[in-house]
Amino acid sequence: MQHVSGIEDKAKAAHGKKAAYGTDVDLESFESDFKEHEAVKSAEDLPSEVKKAALDVGVKLDDESAGAYVQMDQTPVVASSMFEGVEIMDIAAALKKYDFLKDYYWKLVAPDADKYTADVAEAAPSGYFVRAKKGSKTVFPIKSCLYLGSTNFNQRVHNIVIAEEGSELHMITGCTTPTHVQRGLHLGISEFYIQKNAKVSFTMIHSWGKEVEVRPRTGIVMEEGASLSNNYILLKPVKTLQTFPTARLAGRGAVASFNSVIYSTMGNIDIGSNVILDAPETSAESISRVVSVGGDVIARGRMTGRVPGARAHLECVGLLLSDKGRIYSIPELDGQSRDLDMSHEAAVGRISEEELEYLMSRGLTSEQATSVIVRGFLDVEIKGLPEDLKQEIKNITQREDLKGAS
Amino acid sequence: MRLLEIEDLSVSIGSKQVLKNFNLRINKGETHALFGPNGTGKTTLLNVIAGIPRYTVDGGRIVFKGQDVTRMSMDERARLGIGMAFQRPPAIRGLRLKDLIKIINPQADAQAILKKMDFEAFAERDVNRGFSGGEVKRSEMVQLLAQQPDFVMLDEPDSGVDLENIKLIGEAINALTQKDQRPSYRTKSGVIITHFGHILEYMKADRAHVMLGGSIVCSGNPGEILAQIKRSGYEGCAGCSTCPV
Repeated sequence: MQHVSGIEDKAKAAHGKKAAYGTDVDLESFESDFKEHEAVKSAEDLPSEVKKAALDVGVKLDDESAGAYVQMDQTPVVASSMFEGVEIMDIAAALKKYDFLKDYYWKLVAPDADKYTADVAEAAPSGYFVRAKKGSKTVFPIKSCLYLGSTNFNQRVHNIVIAEEGSELHMITGCTTPTHVQRGLHLGISEFYIQKNAKVSFTMIHSWGKEVEVRPRTGIVMEEGASLSNNYILLKPVKTLQTFPTARLAGRGAVASFNSVIYSTMGNIDIGSNVILDAPETSAESISRVVSVGGDVIARGRMTGRVPGARAHLECVGLLLSDKGRIYSIPELDGQSRDLDMSHEAAVGRISEEELEYLMSRGLTSEQATSVIVRGFLDVEIKGLPEDLKQEIKNITQREDLKGAS
Repeated sequence: MRLLEIEDLSVSIGSKQVLKNFNLRINKGETHALFGPNGTGKTTLLNVIAGIPRYTVDGGRIVFKGQDVTRMSMDERARLGIGMAFQRPPAIRGLRLKDLIKIINPQADAQAILKKMDFEAFAERDVNRGFSGGEVKRSEMVQLLAQQPDFVMLDEPDSGVDLENIKLIGEAINALTQKDQRPSYRTKSGVIITHFGHILEYMKADRAHVMLGGSIVCSGNPGEILAQIKRSGYEGCAGCSTCPV
């Protein structure tokens, strides 16, 4: 199956359509022509530069996993499953193989949402298709790495994840550029279908260059009894990044949790999550922790409660450690029914003097104490993850080079 | 041999004077107790010795180990050997107690210290987060046992602590102030603020002082002073002419 008719027409109509949020990116200033990379048999055969970059975003490709997907620029170079219950393919091959995929392709993210979705819709599809089969439960996570390895390149990715009824799926995705790539653009469409009683954890770690612009577009739908733990970590500099994943809790008792950890040193970061509680007994929480020593961060969170009994909690907490930074926290609660339980907590401030003094009274210098407090602040307790994945996230957020004011 | 000498110290917070021409000397190996009603400057005194920057020293000086530390930063004082158990310490999110022990003193035997304070179950918990009043006090003692200061300041280490744990805390204070050694061998010293004196049944204090209105009004044997306070209140100490100040 090639492009489903209608998608291209919609995309064409959305040329130049600015996104609702984030700074505007000039797509014309990036290159779409690309050189094909050679596919490799397994992740172990990847160039060491790619393996190293993946490791930097917490993706140990040669470690135990349920499967792997690696994309270099526009080419899928690894797509393999080590676990019977999980299917991993590149999306182009999957669209050819499975006719049913047309019912999932561009159904949660509109091709004409903005110029970025339109740009991806017009390109040949590239990205991963991951399916956890009915009732299958992975213990080890699926690891994927989206590698932007060419300067000035516009990397366009489209991913579809389907967790079938009763399945359990853990994924960790690292998106990264090697140090020699300064400028680039990453557009990533992701559509998640979490079916009845399926349990998904999805952790994404970004590490880009100082001149890289990033526009992920994510849609999620959750059926009855489904659960999702969605974690996003950004600790390295980026020029601009804007994302506002939307999850619709469509089935009774669906539970979603969004955690994001941002350490900003420069640039313009606009992140958040948009959750629609559309069925009885659904609940959602969104927790964001932002540390800024520079750059602008907008931390959004929107929860819409549409049915009685839905529960939602938002928490946006920011530590501003420098006059060069800005943290703009925008929590939104939209109640559209009776008997809702929705709350939010937002705070932006500096490090508590009391905590600093307490640690200094034990002999830590002011810099050491600040660093300990910052790392503690970023150490978000994420529920529902396998132990090794928890440890991986901890390693990433507890790096020694995260400091206080520069 | 003197370890800490406070000379004519006057301290204010904002426009309010809290300590007025305050004098105190603590020798090596001595542990002193401070009594006095709320708001009389006891906690301020300890905070100023620790170097918390909220206070203004209007006059006088603090000499520790022969060095004038009055203008020294908190962490420098800590590294010089001053340690403090806070009355109401803050919680530190995301910092596990066992990790803090290692940061305070990489050589410390965290396991042994936690066991000593019957606090092993809290090793993985964030420092002071969700701790009860008594647990906070044990957390403070655990940290000090790792730090091993030469001069330890204890701000109400017994408040909110049940009987069983008061004994444990008393023993920790004795260990920190080397009460297991002969007096002439002791090099570590301490000062403790306590309201009820109950903890003094489990730890040894060599000398006690009563503070009123930012000054010491009476000094002497801890047992005798405590008995005097029980008999006629703190005000009785103010008029007491029998104790040599």
